[in-house]
Amino acid sequence: MSLLTVAGLTKRFGGVVATRDVSFDVRPGELVGVIGPNGAGKSTLFDLITGFTRPDSGDVRLDGRSILGFRPDQVACLGVARTFQKLRPFPEMTVVENVMIGAFQKTADVAAAREAALAALEAVGLGDRAGAHARALSTGQRKRLELARALATAPRLLLLDEVTGGVDQATVPALVRLVRELHARGLALIVIEHNMRVIMEISERIVALQLGEVIAHGTPAEIVRDRRVIDAYLGEAWRA
Amino acid sequence: MGLVYALIAAGLSLIFGLMEVVNFAHGEFLMLAMYVAFFAWSLARLDPLASLPLAALALAALGWATYHGVIRRVLGGPMLAQIFATFGLGIFLRSGAQFLWGVDFRTVKEPLLAGRLSVGGVFVGLPQLAASALALGAFVGLYLFLSRSETGLALQATAQDRQAAALMGIDTDRMFALGWAIGSACVGVAGGLLAMFFYIFPEVGGPFALLAYVAVALGGFGNVPATLLAGVLVGLTEVFAGLVIAPAMKYAVVFLLYLAVVLWRPQGLFGRF
Amino acid sequence: MTRAVPLLALAAALAFPAAFTLPFPRHVMIMIFLYGALAVAWNILAGYCGQISLGHAVFFGIGAYTSTLLVARAELSPWLGMAAGAALAVLVSQLVGYPVFRLRGHYFAIATIAVGEIVQTLAINWDWAGGARGVFVPIKRPDSFANFQFHQSKAVYYYIALGLLLLALAVTRWLERSRHGYYFRAIREDQDAAASLGVHVAREKHRAIAVSAALTALGGTFYAQYVLFIDPESVLPLSLSILICLVAVLGGVGTLWGPVLGAAVLVPLSEGTRVWLGGTGKALDLVIYGGLIMVIATLQPAGLMGLARRFRRAP
Repeated sequence: MSLLTVAGLTKRFGGVVATRDVSFDVRPGELVGVIGPNGAGKSTLFDLITGFTRPDSGDVRLDGRSILGFRPDQVACLGVARTFQKLRPFPEMTVVENVMIGAFQKTADVAAAREAALAALEAVGLGDRAGAHARALSTGQRKRLELARALATAPRLLLLDEVTGGVDQATVPALVRLVRELHARGLALIVIEHNMRVIMEISERIVALQLGEVIAHGTPAEIVRDRRVIDAYLGEAWRA
Repeated sequence: MGLVYALIAAGLSLIFGLMEVVNFAHGEFLMLAMYVAFFAWSLARLDPLASLPLAALALAALGWATYHGVIRRVLGGPMLAQIFATFGLGIFLRSGAQFLWGVDFRTVKEPLLAGRLSVGGVFVGLPQLAASALALGAFVGLYLFLSRSETGLALQATAQDRQAAALMGIDTDRMFALGWAIGSACVGVAGGLLAMFFYIFPEVGGPFALLAYVAVALGGFGNVPATLLAGVLVGLTEVFAGLVIAPAMKYAVVFLLYLAVVLWRPQGLFGRF
Repeated sequence: MTRAVPLLALAAALAFPAAFTLPFPRHVMIMIFLYGALAVAWNILAGYCGQISLGHAVFFGIGAYTSTLLVARAELSPWLGMAAGAALAVLVSQLVGYPVFRLRGHYFAIATIAVGEIVQTLAINWDWAGGARGVFVPIKRPDSFANFQFHQSKAVYYYIALGLLLLALAVTRWLERSRHGYYFRAIREDQDAAASLGVHVAREKHRAIAVSAALTALGGTFYAQYVLFIDPESVLPLSLSILICLVAVLGGVGTLWGPVLGAAVLVPLSEGTRVWLGGTGKALDLVIYGGLIMVIATLQPAGLMGLARRFRRAP
C-alpha cells in the first residue's frame, strides 16, 4: 500500500489556479522528485499535503486514511515532516533549541530531547554549532538546521523544499549525500529541487508540474525523454 | 459619523499599509487637529470650515516630523519598540495638551453651520451632514490621489514591495515620510470637521482612535477603500447599538462585533492574507 | 546573571522593612513588587510566547473585582476571592483566546485592546458591581491575616507582595525549563515553523495566557485589599495594560529578570514624579513619562537587560 496518496488536489487563490487536479502517490521508503518552473505550484503542493493550506477539492491520504482538514501539527504528529523553501529557523533560539522543538514530538523530557537534538545535529554535520544562535548561521548551515529539525521529529515521510537552492556550489554534494543517506535508511522523501542534475540523480520517480498541472510522471529516464517536460522546463540546453 | 471614522481610519490604514507600523498616537493627532481648529476660531475668529486647510497642513507637518524624529529609528526594530514609540508619543502629546491648555471642555461657539435639517422626516444636524459630505469628499480625493497621480502610485508601489520600489528609483524614505504626512493630514481634516460639533479636550482622541483601529482591522490593514466601508459599518453599528441597546454600551457593541468578525474572518472583512 | 545577585537582592528585600519603617518607602517597594509581578506575568505571554497583549488590565480587574465583590456582597474571605478571581481570569482568558489568537502581530494587539474596552464598559454599566462609582472593600478590624487587611503597618502587605513576585518568577523559571517554555519561544519566533514540527500552536498559546492571566488576577486581588477601593478607572483602564507591558519592555522582554528590573526603575520614578510634580493638575509627570517611553523605545529597544548585556560584553 502506498504511504501517501495525493488525489486530484485543486487549489485556487483568487482567480489563479495554484494546483489543478494533482494526483500521485509515494510508497514507503521511496524518493519522489517534484520539478517544475517557478510558480508551477510545487510549494503550494507541500502546503496542501501538510495542512497549511486547504484544497478546494481533492484528497490527501496517509496510510489510506484521509488527513484532509488536519492542522499542520496533527499532520506532523502522524510522521510527515517538512522544510520550507524560504528557510524559517527560530532565529533567537540556539541551534540545539531549534532542533529540540522537533524532538519534543517523541519525548516530553527536556534532557532527552536535548540528547535527540544533538544526535540529529551530528547526523547533518552541524554538531559543532549546537550552542550558536540560529541567526548566526550561514544559508547552507540553516538548510542543515531545518533538516535536523525535521529529522528530530522521527518522520516516516520527509518533504524537502529546495535542498540545494541558495547554497554555494561547494556544499551541494554534501547535502545531496545527506539526502541519499536518509533515503538509504528507509525514509520516504518528496524532494522539490531546481538543480536538474541532482534531482535526476537521486529520484526514483519524478512528478513534473507546470502551471499547477502534472504534465509528466515517471522514472528520471522517462522524464528526460518526455516532450512536454523538455518544452516546458528543460529547454534547448538540455536537449543539446 | 461613519464617514468621519472612515477618514480617521484611512490615515491609519495608509501608514500601516506603507510600512506596517500602527500609529498608536493617532487619537492624539486628532485631538491636536481639533485644537488647531479651536484656536483658529478663538484667536482669529476663523470658522473650523475655513481653517480646515490649516489643520490639514499642521497635521501633515506633525506626521512628517514624527516620521523623521521617531518612526525612522524603530522601523527595523522589534514590534514592541514600534508600539511603544508611538504610544509614548501619544501620552506625551495628550499630557502636553493638558499641561498647556488644561482639562476644560472647549467648544467652537457660533459655527457657520448650525441647526438641523429635516431629511425625509429624520432630523440631521447640519454640521454633521456637512462633515459627512466633506469627509466623503476628502476620501474620494485621497483615493484618486493614490490611484491616479504618479506620487500616489509610487506610494502604492512602496507599500507593495519596499525593495523593488527602491530598485526602481523610488526614494522609499521620502515615500514613508510622505505617507505619514498624508495619513496625518487625513486626521487633520477629520479633526477640523469634528471641531464643528464636538467638545474639545485632551482626551477626546481616545475613543475615536479605538474605533479607527477597529475599522482598519475590520477592513484589512492597508486597504484604503475597504477602510471606508468598514468605517461606515462601525459608525452605523455604533448608532444602532446606541439606539437599540444602550448609549453607554455602544462602543462595547462595536468591539464585540469586531471580535465576532475575527472569529469568522481573521483577515478582516475585505482583507486577503 | 550570576547566582549571587538574586540571592543578595532577596536578602535585601527581606530585610528592607526592618530598616525602613516609614510608610512611603515601603509603599514604593510594595508597588515595585506588584508591578514587577504583573510584568513578569505579562512577560510569559508576550515576552516568551510573543503574543503582545494590550489588555492585561482585564485579568487584573477580574482579580480585583471578584475578591472585592465576594467580600462586600457575600462576606467571603479575600483569600478565597483571590483563588476565585484567578480561576475566573483563566476562564475568561480561554474564551477570549478563541478569537484573538487567530490574529497576529498588530492585529492581535488591537484585538486585546478591544477586549479591554469591552470589559471596562461592562464594568462601568454594571450597577451591582458598583458601576462607574466603584466598590469599597469593607473595613475589618482588627488586622488579621484571614481578613487580608492590615492597617497598623504595611509590613505584611510588603511580604505578601514580595511573595507574589517570587511566585511569578518561580512559575516563569519553571516554564522556561519545561517543554512548554521552548514551545512558547518557538511560537514567538515563527508559529508556522513550530506547527510544522508538531507544536499545537493554539493550545500552547491558551496555556501561556492561562498562566499569565491567573498570576495577573492574583495581583488584582492584592491591589484591591491594599487600596481597599476599586473602580473601573483604577483597575481596568487601557493605561494599566500599557503600564504593565511598559515595565516589562523597559527591563527587557523575554528574560526572567527584565520585568523586575523594569519595575525597580520605573516605579520609583513614577511615584517620585507623581509626588513631586503631580497633584498640580498639570500632568507634567505624564509629559515626562510619555517622553521617556518614546526615548527608550527609540534608543534602547532591548530594554535595560540589553543594556546590561552590552556593558558586560564590553571590556
